[in-house]
Amino acid sequence: MKIKINLGAISEPMQSEKLKTGDWGTHYPVVDKEKCTACKTCEQYCPDLCIEVEEFGEEKYAAVDYNYCKGCGICSSVCPFEAIKMELKDIFKFEVC
Amino acid sequence: MKYFGSGHGACPGCGLPIAVKTVLNALDGKVFAVNSTGCLEIISSQYGKNAWNVPYIHSLFENPAAVAAGVEAALKALKRKDEGYVVVFAGDGATADIGIGTLSGAFDRNHDILYICLDNEAYQNTGHQQSGLTPPGESTTTTPAGKVLPGKIGGKKDMISIAVAHGIPYVASSSVGYVADIRRKVKKAVKFEGAKYIQIHSPCVTGWGIDGEMSIKVARLAVETALYPLVEYEYGKLTSVRKIKERKPVEEYLKQQRRFRHLFKHPKGKEMIEMLQKFADENAEKYGLDLKKDEE
Amino acid sequence: MKQVVRGFYSVAYAVKLCKPNVICAYPITPQTEIVENLAAMYANGELGDAEYITAESEFGAASMLVGASAAGARVFTATCSQGLILMSEVLFNAAGMRLPIVLVNTNRALSAPLSIWNDHQDSMAMRDAGIMQVYVENNQEAHDMIPQAYKVAENRKVLLPFMICMDGYKLTHAYEPVDLLDQETVDSFLPPYEPAAYMTTRKPLAFGCYAPPHIYMEFRVAMQQAMERARDVMLEVYKEWAEVSGRDWGGHIVVDYPDSKIFVVAMGSVVGLLRKVVEELRNEGLSVGLIKIRTFRPFPIDELRKALKDAERVVALDRSVSFGYEGPVSIELKSAIYGHSSAEVYSYTVGLGGRDMPKDFLEGIIRDVVEGKEKPGFAFKGHHDFEEVVP
Ligand SMILES: Cc1ncc(C[n+]2csc(CCOP(=O)(O)OP(=O)(O)O)c2C)c(N)n1
Ligand code: SF4
Ligand code: SF4
Ligand code: SF4
Ligand SMILES: [Mg+2]
Repeated sequence: MKIKINLGAISEPMQSEKLKTGDWGTHYPVVDKEKCTACKTCEQYCPDLCIEVEEFGEEKYAAVDYNYCKGCGICSSVCPFEAIKMELKDIFKFEVC
Repeated sequence: MKYFGSGHGACPGCGLPIAVKTVLNALDGKVFAVNSTGCLEIISSQYGKNAWNVPYIHSLFENPAAVAAGVEAALKALKRKDEGYVVVFAGDGATADIGIGTLSGAFDRNHDILYICLDNEAYQNTGHQQSGLTPPGESTTTTPAGKVLPGKIGGKKDMISIAVAHGIPYVASSSVGYVADIRRKVKKAVKFEGAKYIQIHSPCVTGWGIDGEMSIKVARLAVETALYPLVEYEYGKLTSVRKIKERKPVEEYLKQQRRFRHLFKHPKGKEMIEMLQKFADENAEKYGLDLKKDEE
Repeated sequence: MKQVVRGFYSVAYAVKLCKPNVICAYPITPQTEIVENLAAMYANGELGDAEYITAESEFGAASMLVGASAAGARVFTATCSQGLILMSEVLFNAAGMRLPIVLVNTNRALSAPLSIWNDHQDSMAMRDAGIMQVYVENNQEAHDMIPQAYKVAENRKVLLPFMICMDGYKLTHAYEPVDLLDQETVDSFLPPYEPAAYMTTRKPLAFGCYAPPHIYMEFRVAMQQAMERARDVMLEVYKEWAEVSGRDWGGHIVVDYPDSKIFVVAMGSVVGLLRKVVEELRNEGLSVGLIKIRTFRPFPIDELRKALKDAERVVALDRSVSFGYEGPVSIELKSAIYGHSSAEVYSYTVGLGGRDMPKDFLEGIIRDVVEGKEKPGFAFKGHHDFEEVVP
């Protein structure tokens, strides 16, 4: 099969988004929309550009794109209103018998 | 509009993408990005997996300042200067060690570029070896703490003063712990015609030995202990510093990180910690960092 | 119009006529006066909108050209010797990035011992970089090669750096009558540079991406294919040049007396003197011909096979050596004709570090081979017998 390669390994923009990094982490953030004031602090600090304040009808709060979230916990650590809790993913929960 | 994409390969909690997206957003994506070999390059510019949404070039480890100078010269000659700002993103190793020659040349010629040094305080891409910006006492893979040696001996190269000494119009330090500070400084920097240097302290979770969720806290502790003063120079004059309300002892910063943990057990550890405290005290003195009661 | 000028000027003047956008260079003997001439033109406002940058090193100069070329500029630099090998990391990189950078190398020996004099060790050390290399015989050829180099390098089928190699001192410092081109001639031959892809915010591409094992090899194979295509592109460009300028420098190689039994093969300025030597030997009735290699990269495999098909002996003169083997021209020539010619090859490395190569010396080398006094194989010629001692 013939593949296409770009001259000089030049790349088109924003192709990283094909890579879903959402399965990297052990934890995931859960936003408490009651506590969230839509201040965007989490949005500014998230290294993976995957938490954003969005409008949901009348409401406005931070929403996570779990396709990319690596579960680093930065959003939770910087939120001034303690509106984000980090939860362990189910697959990492072991029963100790 | 996103200028840097999700899906890049940085470790969870890495400071580099935070710095990069803040810079790109501050300039509304009007950027020609020039990157040196290193973590940022590897996590963002694999062929076919490019994370950048601005024109980008990576050439070598030690030449980003010169490549940027060339891009700038071309834009000038082709009358395309208002297309965007030429911005270098280079590691501390690329900046303070192997690329300092090309950096000095570009600063000396005062090319109209913004040079961002992403200071994660070691060669992180190659597995945490010491650089000129590694602080004393840090255990790296080339300056490991051993029975005799307490990690890196020597100092952290004062790149801020080196940049200022070149007589360029704008020099500043900033930190991933304070994105608003980065944003403000970047916006200010590009108003100056000529070479600008901003050194951004950027936590490396793997190299520093911290959990991702700690990276912003640790970056802020570096500022709050005066180990990483946030300062600003215009035309060689110190014009602003980030004041510290209640300066914390350096131990508070050091003990959070695996790279310094040996200092609390090592026979020479106490001596190193005292040296680092002295360094912080000197910073506080030199830059007038401590907020006096009457200034509050 | 013919003018008596130095080699430096013949290059600088041709560069100016090609209207580069960015020139970066760093001084090194015997190249310096090329960039000094360009600097003077810049100071006098003769370079249009071009930017002329005095670099902090050859490494910096080449790096700036990488940035400028990727941003869409036509670029130029000149260097040699220590400067060229200091550039080498960047030039390998530029070739892989497929940037049509044009540079002139004023061939000079490598240190140690330090020597500012001429041989080909510097450019030969760069032969695996993916850079086209053409060696010129005189300053008119150097002058004429500049626009041709741009035209070949910038051809969409090629897009690789192009290095014109001219012998330091022998050519650079020599005053020779050179028919200096005029702007109309060059303009009619060389269109303004239109990059295939370049850095722009309108279409934000990423240059210099890294490639993991599943895709790296393809980019290197593509470089080889570009080099292969360059063979034909060069010939087309050379032909067009002959029509436009009235000067035909020939193809990848130039063969004098193609029916000869014995051939001398050489590159660069020594070819002029060899031509006289060969003529004289022929006047004695000896069947000696001459092959001037112009294009060293891509290597003129087919041309050499054809020219040497029925040859009996070949004297390959190298101005360089690959220590532990022999001279690169000989090595490559032998591998090119292997299975295509039964000629015996006599590989001689001569004239290192500016060692004089007078007419009788060259004649003696050839005569010894003609008269069967030598065995095929490798030897240095023109050095003293010595014994190495520890001081
Ligand atoms: C000339 C050269 N020497 C060494 C290397 C190997 N190398 C690649 S990146 C790197 C370290 C990068 O350190 P830094 O600039 O601090 O960036 P970081 O990865 O820490 O962000 C090294 C040593 C190289 N690519 N080129
Ligand atoms: S930082 Fe907290 S309060 Fe602010 S937007 Fe994010 S989740 Fe909401
Ligand atoms: S956990 Fe980390 S990656 Fe996920 S949304 Fe929060 S800051 Fe972003
Ligand atoms: S090694 Fe450090 S600097 Fe590199 S991507 Fe990981 S956290 Fe970031
Ligand atoms: Mg680093």
